[in-house]
Amino acid sequence: MNSPLNRHTNILDFALSSLLRRKSKNLSLLVVYTLIVFVIASLIFFVQALKHEAAQTLAEAPDLVVQRMIAGRHDLIPATYGEQISAIRGVRSVTPRLWGYYYDQVFGANYTLLVPENGVVEPGSIMIGAGVARNQRIKIDDMLTLKTSRNAPLLLTVQGIYPSSSELISSDLIVLSAEDFQEMFHLPPGQFTDLAVTVANPREQVTVATKIAELFPDTRPILKSEMLRTYDSLFEWRGGMMVVILAVAVLSFIIFAWDKATGLSAEERKEIGILKSIGWETSDVLQLKFWEGIVISLTAFLVGVVLAYGHVFFFSAALFEHALKGWSVIYPQFRLIPVVDAYQLTVLFFLTVLPYTAATIIPAWLAATVPPDAAMRS
Amino acid sequence: MIQHPAILALSIASLLTCFMLVYAAGYGTRILEKWDLQSGSELQLELERRTYLISVILSYTLVFQILSLFLYIFTADNLHSQFTGAMCAAGSLAVNSYGYPVLILKIINCLLAGVWLIVNHVDTRGYDYPLIKTKYGLLNILAPLILLEAVLQFAYFLNLKADVITSCCGSLFSTDKRSIGGEIAGLPSGPMQQAFFGIMALTVVIGVVFYLTGKGGGIFSLFSSLTFVVAAASLVSFICLYFYELPSHHCPFCILQKEYGYVGYALYATLLGGAISGLGVGSLIPFSSHPSLSRVIPAIQRRLTLVTLVLYLLFTLIVTWRMLSTSFTLG
Repeated sequence: MNSPLNRHTNILDFALSSLLRRKSKNLSLLVVYTLIVFVIASLIFFVQALKHEAAQTLAEAPDLVVQRMIAGRHDLIPATYGEQISAIRGVRSVTPRLWGYYYDQVFGANYTLLVPENGVVEPGSIMIGAGVARNQRIKIDDMLTLKTSRNAPLLLTVQGIYPSSSELISSDLIVLSAEDFQEMFHLPPGQFTDLAVTVANPREQVTVATKIAELFPDTRPILKSEMLRTYDSLFEWRGGMMVVILAVAVLSFIIFAWDKATGLSAEERKEIGILKSIGWETSDVLQLKFWEGIVISLTAFLVGVVLAYGHVFFFSAALFEHALKGWSVIYPQFRLIPVVDAYQLTVLFFLTVLPYTAATIIPAWLAATVPPDAAMRS
Repeated sequence: MIQHPAILALSIASLLTCFMLVYAAGYGTRILEKWDLQSGSELQLELERRTYLISVILSYTLVFQILSLFLYIFTADNLHSQFTGAMCAAGSLAVNSYGYPVLILKIINCLLAGVWLIVNHVDTRGYDYPLIKTKYGLLNILAPLILLEAVLQFAYFLNLKADVITSCCGSLFSTDKRSIGGEIAGLPSGPMQQAFFGIMALTVVIGVVFYLTGKGGGIFSLFSSLTFVVAAASLVSFICLYFYELPSHHCPFCILQKEYGYVGYALYATLLGGAISGLGVGSLIPFSSHPSLSRVIPAIQRRLTLVTLVLYLLFTLIVTWRMLSTSFTLG
């Protein structure tokens, strides 16, 4: 019966019963602790899910986008550039793309207008994102009126609405035919918004981009990996900023925990005194405190993580989506795909449990080294 | 500096660890100077009470230290997408000159921390604080190393600059282009395989002999450390290749990724655990004649030997299983 494991389970048993005996004190600590874990966990899960979403979206993006720059501003690119680029060795295909933005004065919203590569829409009809449909209150077969650059109305029939599963990218989208696009914006002939380039061998992307930059010094080739990296660091920067802001909250929690741990009641001191006088050693009392800490930390950690999971993946992080997502008139309503891995949990552990543990070591020792007679007399 | 939650977590952990270690080392020095078990002075009683605090602080700190090694590699791996040319942790660590020194220091500190925890455990088993001076002497070696690690780690994170698209110019091609593909030159695989399996077999034999007869503990400890070094080199030289099924990819970090079933964690954990226990056996030898420990130490040494043997065998088993089960061969 004296095996070390038995000793630990007995001490754990005692720790649980002593925690339950001081319900109100421990409960308040547990609530605050859980809240801290919940907030930071929500943040980490949310950022990770957005990064995942961006990576998924960009997986379909072209290897290389070539934009023309004039005086540091994005300009239209002539189709002749595309012909010369497709002659570069290693380039598989060059697709000129037409897209742009349209500001709707009536509804005060910005739409993204896009011409698809494979002509899924007939002239006169459009496909729209769910956000546009909500904003304009229209459904399939309704008409949508856009104002062209020459101030003439352009009537278009809604042929389809993109499913809400793709809302993160399609919310503000209007897909229209090249003819209608031309009608809308009156682009000079043979000019496109930019060029999408695919490269046969992924390892040659950088070389191809360098060649394009040399051939056309007025263009800027953007690699898919660069876009991905920019999104990643943007989301991480926002997440990091929030963590820095939350550091204040963590700090106040630590002070709270420290205060709770040092403020031993007379009853607790007496209890430790009795334990020591019946033969508990200082190391046993320390172990008792250790198990108490583990129970509180684990409970708070698990409950906080589960709540955060629900908050982020079922309620789309309603509490701080505005800080992290940005805002717009047509805002996509979307459910994030759950991505939680050991890495995020470890980071969370380091950000919450570690400071708590550090804050409670000294109080635990102070409690454990009380001389038994003094403790009982007090 | 990249404001990544994991970087903040690691920095906070380092800061806390350093703070606690400096506090502990301060008292450790006082204990080294003033400790006198025969005396009943107030100072001695106070120091005796402090030893509990320091033991607890260090146990927590060193466990965090060991966890932070893994978090560091995790983070470096996670950051690789931010740098041009970086494919995995190998690339992110090479972004500036601090990355690898921090990793090496973390491994050394991890080993030392493990040994310290073993010595501490043995010390608490004796009634008269038998190893107290050794313990705090070791702490005075460990503390500066961990401080140095924290400083270097901070320098590493501070000098990380993500290569992102800026509004003025999209391409980064004109700026300096690093081409670190995680290619670390490996040692020739044939001789390394022989060396790896040879030294592993030797260590196991010596370990079994020590376990059964209690003789040759020093040699076992030495061999288990040697095995650690050889196995780490083999990991780069040939073990990885079997996991990647690529004859040219020597990166020791990619095996930590999901694509390879996180097998790297099992490999690193068994290797580190084995090395720590093996070193622990050796570090206890000088004290085995101590009166209050003469009965405790042999039992602990045997248990540690068993741990080393099991972990090293597990490591070898994973490696051998992969070498046999994959269709990839090194010609």
